[in-house]
Amino acid sequence: MVSETDLALLILAGPFGAALLLGSVPPLRRAGRLAALVSLAGIGVALFAAARLVTELWLARAAFLAHGGSAVREATLTLPWLTQAGPVPLATAGVYVDALAAAMAALVALVAGLVQLYSLGYLADEPPPALGRYYLYQSLFAFAMLGLVFAPNFLQLFVFWELVGLCSYLLIGFYYQRPAAARAAVKAFWVTKLGDVGFLLGIVLLWGATGTFEFDTLFRAVAGGTVPANLALYMTLIYLGAVGKSAQFPLHVWLPDAMEGPTPVSALIHAATMVTAGVFLVARAYPLFEAVPWVLLLIAYVGAFTALLAATLALGESDLKRVLAYSTVSQLGYMMTALGAGALVAGVLHLLLHGFFKALLFLAAGAVIHAVHTNDMGAMGRLGRAMPKTAIVFVVGTLALAGVPPFSGFVSKEAILGGVWEAGLRGPFVLLSVTVFLTAFYMFRAVFLTFFGARGAGGHPHDPPGVMMGPLWLLAVLSIAGTALGGAALGLTFPEFLRGAPGASLPHGPAWLAPFSVGLALAGLLLAWLVYQRRAVSVRALTRGLGPLPAWAAQGYGLDALYVAVYRGAVLALGRLVGWIDRYVVDGLVNVASAATLRAGADLRQIQTGRAQDYLYGVTAGVLLVLVLWRLWA
Amino acid sequence: MLSAYLLLAAAMFAIGLFGVLTRRNAVGILLGLELMLNAVNINLVAFAHFNGAVAGWVLTLFTIAITVTEVAVGLAIVIVIFRVRRTVDADHLNLLRG
Repeated sequence: MVSETDLALLILAGPFGAALLLGSVPPLRRAGRLAALVSLAGIGVALFAAARLVTELWLARAAFLAHGGSAVREATLTLPWLTQAGPVPLATAGVYVDALAAAMAALVALVAGLVQLYSLGYLADEPPPALGRYYLYQSLFAFAMLGLVFAPNFLQLFVFWELVGLCSYLLIGFYYQRPAAARAAVKAFWVTKLGDVGFLLGIVLLWGATGTFEFDTLFRAVAGGTVPANLALYMTLIYLGAVGKSAQFPLHVWLPDAMEGPTPVSALIHAATMVTAGVFLVARAYPLFEAVPWVLLLIAYVGAFTALLAATLALGESDLKRVLAYSTVSQLGYMMTALGAGALVAGVLHLLLHGFFKALLFLAAGAVIHAVHTNDMGAMGRLGRAMPKTAIVFVVGTLALAGVPPFSGFVSKEAILGGVWEAGLRGPFVLLSVTVFLTAFYMFRAVFLTFFGARGAGGHPHDPPGVMMGPLWLLAVLSIAGTALGGAALGLTFPEFLRGAPGASLPHGPAWLAPFSVGLALAGLLLAWLVYQRRAVSVRALTRGLGPLPAWAAQGYGLDALYVAVYRGAVLALGRLVGWIDRYVVDGLVNVASAATLRAGADLRQIQTGRAQDYLYGVTAGVLLVLVLWRLWA
Repeated sequence: MLSAYLLLAAAMFAIGLFGVLTRRNAVGILLGLELMLNAVNINLVAFAHFNGAVAGWVLTLFTIAITVTEVAVGLAIVIVIFRVRRTVDADHLNLLRG
């Protein structure tokens, strides 16, 4: 019998071993294909172990609840990391296995594995050294994300959190010869770093107040009613980290630019790793967030606003990948709103299901881009004929994202809307409802512009090879089969699995909610069809009807310009001031000291004449002086 | 009568010191040194005589011997310096100037 923690360690060992091997054996890395196989083997081990872990946990919990158990405890395995005086180490390193971590690990391993498989086809034209480098980063990325998922304390979580940020930087900048890619990588790094400063500050302050980083200890303390005085402040700071990573307003600006990376990387970043880390962080530290309702409210409002904002930004976007990027930002807003509204299970469920269909959409978009060599939807059209299989899976993903039953997105989106409604958050509910409509509209706009429409694309586009098509089919099936997570399986429902308590269920909201949201989605679909397929409504008339909004949205609502202005006006000015102080005040002091020393030396060397008799004069005078003084004293 | 010897010795010492400090010729400086050393010898002998201490005479004999070797070495150095620098003027021997 393998224990849960052993399985978790095995999950970590797979990608870590692959990354270590590829990192330390350059000939293997430069071999390209061989490196890919090593990486795939590593993630395969992780996937196998993750599947086993989820199954075992699921069965164990089903049996436990069937026998009348009330709550399931998580399994932990920790070793002292930073020691200090006293029995408890300052920080530990290890694994913390509960249903959330297991489900998340399964998602990460599955999506990472499929992305790596798909990349074999997508990056087939890359030279072997570049391919090896790519798979090294992929393995490291998967390891970092899995380590984050299983982290037993804030400190280890932060270490892996930064590692995830680093890997995404490396992968976004994979085509580092392209200035745009290099810039996007740096932008992603800095913008997320901005949030991470708050995160680190929050962790340290929380440690200062409680003396521990351990989730276990913190959760038990909060459950026991001992809430640190300024917990709201600490949790807000920690939430800032999630804002940066999960691209919440106003730090969402890096995500669309991150599209400069290879498309499989976008799929990975958007579906399983990196951006989901922020949502995961809030879900992981949920007992702490629950203790400060104001912060949850903040999370809900920011999330809902982000969802709507990103959806409006996606409306006029002509770059296929950027549309998907904005939809990710928007869906992350949904998840955050759910968490903020107290619907933890709904948020996590959406995280998992979104992982499947967003990976599907990105990989399918990658197949399209691979075939027509452009991201511009204006240059596409009628691809449904040339690439029917790709079109089918893309539409499946789109329907799931739009929340149309029986596709998986419907279940989680429904639960989120229900949860927000039940929490009494009318404002966010309205924002999210509008977003449902907009999501369906912009996604089907993309579908019609890409796969249908009047004009055909140039060249001879065709469906991708099997190594790319296989992952797409699997993800398409999962995007439909994910609906099953809304029901019960093997005597357990997903909410009961996640919360470890019997009777936990997804929020459903009032009876009119399901027809309402499906109606909104279908209305969006219909409008997109009218505008972009039938051309019954002209795009120009629609744009004019919205006034100055579209032009404004095309500029990203001026947020990028604002950041640039703040950077130029404040950061650079401060830098100049500090530079001036350093050059003239700090350096000045040092220069004065050194000049005085040199001057004194130059003056003093005058008495060293080198003539023996001069020294003798000195000796004589000294002896006389001593004699005189001695006479005077004696 | 001790003070007469001591005065003589002091005068010799002062003359020798004056010579060492003011002569520019290295040989002259050596001569001054000899005067100073012999002033010390006179002191030693005078004290030994008036205190009846034999050690003073013995020590003086030692000093004389050492003085001789010192002169031998000193003159040898002066000759070598003259060969190398073509001068024995102390003012020109300032290689150690800072």
